[in-house]
Amino acid sequence: MTNSPLRDSKGRPLVAVTGFGIVTSLGQGQDDNWTALTAGRSGIHTIARFPTEGLRTRIAGTVDFLDAEPLVAPALSQRFAESAADEAVAQACIGTKGDFPGALFIAVPPIEMEWPQRRAMAEALGEKGPVTYAVLQRAAASRRFDALHPYMIFGTVADRIADRFGTKGSPISLSTACSSGATAIQLGVEAIRRGEMSAALCIGTDGSVNPESLIRFSLLSALSTQNDPPEGASKPFSKNRDGFVMGEGAAALILEDAEAARARGAKILGYVLGCGEKGDGFHRTRSSPDGAPIIAAIQAALDDAGTSPAEIDTVNAHGTSTPENDKMEAMGCMAVFGERMGAIPISSNKSMIGHTLTAAGAIEAVVSLLTIRHGRIPPTINYAVPDPAIPLDIVATTRDMPVNRVLSNSFGFGGQNTCLVFGGEPT
Amino acid sequence: MSGHRRDVVVTGIGLVSCAGEGIAAHLDALNADAPARIDTTSFAPYPVHPVAPLVLDGQIPKKSDQRQMEPWQRLGVYAAGLALESAGVKDDAAFKSALHLVVAAGGGERDTAVDGAILTGLRDAPDPGAYLNEHLLNDLRPTLFLAQLSNLLAGNIAIVHGVTGASRTFMGEEAAGTDALRIAQARIAASQLDAMLVGGSYSAERPDVMVVHEMGGYLAKGEYRPIAERARAGEGGMILGSVAAFLVLEAADHAAARGARALAQIFPVASDRTRREPGSVALSLDRIWREAGIATPDAVISGASGVAAATTEELDALSRLAPGAPVTTLGDVTGHGLEVTAPFGAALAVALIAERGAREVAVTTVGHHRGEGALRLTAIP
Repeated sequence: MTNSPLRDSKGRPLVAVTGFGIVTSLGQGQDDNWTALTAGRSGIHTIARFPTEGLRTRIAGTVDFLDAEPLVAPALSQRFAESAADEAVAQACIGTKGDFPGALFIAVPPIEMEWPQRRAMAEALGEKGPVTYAVLQRAAASRRFDALHPYMIFGTVADRIADRFGTKGSPISLSTACSSGATAIQLGVEAIRRGEMSAALCIGTDGSVNPESLIRFSLLSALSTQNDPPEGASKPFSKNRDGFVMGEGAAALILEDAEAARARGAKILGYVLGCGEKGDGFHRTRSSPDGAPIIAAIQAALDDAGTSPAEIDTVNAHGTSTPENDKMEAMGCMAVFGERMGAIPISSNKSMIGHTLTAAGAIEAVVSLLTIRHGRIPPTINYAVPDPAIPLDIVATTRDMPVNRVLSNSFGFGGQNTCLVFGGEPT
Repeated sequence: MSGHRRDVVVTGIGLVSCAGEGIAAHLDALNADAPARIDTTSFAPYPVHPVAPLVLDGQIPKKSDQRQMEPWQRLGVYAAGLALESAGVKDDAAFKSALHLVVAAGGGERDTAVDGAILTGLRDAPDPGAYLNEHLLNDLRPTLFLAQLSNLLAGNIAIVHGVTGASRTFMGEEAAGTDALRIAQARIAASQLDAMLVGGSYSAERPDVMVVHEMGGYLAKGEYRPIAERARAGEGGMILGSVAAFLVLEAADHAAARGARALAQIFPVASDRTRREPGSVALSLDRIWREAGIATPDAVISGASGVAAATTEELDALSRLAPGAPVTTLGDVTGHGLEVTAPFGAALAVALIAERGAREVAVTTVGHHRGEGALRLTAIP
């Protein structure tokens, strides 16, 4: 790699990845995750975190081996992010402990008070009669809940990660729904290309499997209800797919101006060659029926990377296992890649770890980079009943082949479509 | 990329608050002694500044769209429409389909009646877990989720106005608004984009947000008092206001090419994150004021929250940094709107420049809890 150019085909600084870290329901760290992913192991299990009586969906890919106190989404998300970023920073050997020489871009789930806290407040003052928000306000004014305040505002996770790693400037907390993790990477790439910084810490994290968030997706009929066996529920691209399975986890990537990375003797693990995005104004949860925004996002990522469709070796799919997403994603890929799409291996990590929502784009970026490094594509497990409407080369069992270019797709509610192109070598 | 920087101008602004809607209403409001609407009873003991009545059909023609949104989204979609109108692109489908969007937002409203009923029922429920599951499943409106997700303001702007370049939503209270403008300005200046719609909305008329901010002890109570007065009396705190503000930012050459009037120029935004301790806000403001390149502003718009320590420090710093310049505290015009503070302040600065002849206006955004920002806007040379 030492002779590769330091600028991309458009004359911009080339963006290298010099470290990454990952946490999913399959484990903590690259090694455990890669072993499990390439073994086709599922991290989906029956939910133990809270009672599931009466729920149509009782399974998820929760991360149960890391804990947080209080057990609320922002605290869990922070914990996962810390773990992933610790691993990434250590691998990149960048900066000194608590002094990261760049900015933080972090995708975090939207924050809301959760039921155990709401209930504790409702009962705190022993008031009788119907509970209203005035009761909760009086409980808050008792000052007994002040310690919970940081978990109720949106900037806290970023604030604490910025403190721990000593990132520079005002950290960006962002959401583009289920493409958030990819957007965090995109923001880092853009900042480096602008020359604002030579390194960025980009994270996607999500620890939001709790009763209300699960029920909300359930009410939108978005979740698989095939609870038994749990590991069989997430079936991306299968004809009998019936919804996604919620997952948790985080991934962190250290992005660097390739020139700066090389100058400090860092080992370059891969490159973010291109980012593309396109909004969709068709519907709040559904894609334009013609697939145009998905097609535009993929095309924009390829254009930004200066890569032709012919150079893409494999697609790391958004592949949620919902009837709608997988159909639209397949349609979009076929439109961009044409006949060749039938021969491009495509796989969805969500078959094993579920849909990690805010974290998904970042987690799947890490898997894409590991795919390139090992020349090995993790499978889409549970692909037993092919869907004739999706005539693609779904990677049903782990496949070894040289991989130099990966397209990673992320799509989300609210018309969010973000695609990234990763490479082992620059264009 | 890192060499040539394009000038970035503002070609449209859309404003909604207790003072009404649009530019003229807000310029008038700058001369008033107090916010146009003060409600001390609906959410007592917390005063709020409710939004002026809007005829939603003007910007959100479909009733079905109006129904799908909660108030914070309606305010934002409405203000975004005003900004597009002001930039002369409301009916330019091609412009809007290429227009990128960055929104600064928190989350949406709770269904307070459902929450209250569930909390009441939980008291005597023999199996609280099962009770909660049953009632959330049966009582939550399925589409409420889509009114709560932070990125669904952007989603609704795409649906209602056809702004479909691509959107990103920044979260994190006041800093989100400051950084939304910072990154939008930087992307255009570096030619990564030609135009962006930037802004946010906040609905204060909801008791759930008061629970959150009361937890930190950040809310003012009782009668309205001006920000400086209550902060200096040591009885500070935020008075929340329902607000929305959007700006159309464009590369100067892009605006000129389509014959659009550039209302003001916006310079690179300076933002900071200090650990709050005595003196830290003043030190930060000294630094970012310089970094933003603010010279001799004719006016300063301060986004001070009213929280005593940070506000007093900020106001003292401003009298030192901009001696003689009138300082308008945004909270005394509209109430405090968290994520919307920076976009609203910037839009008011644009109005002062475009309509009142100001040459340079500074905007400061010191968050109630964290995050500091400084913006410089000037007349078009």
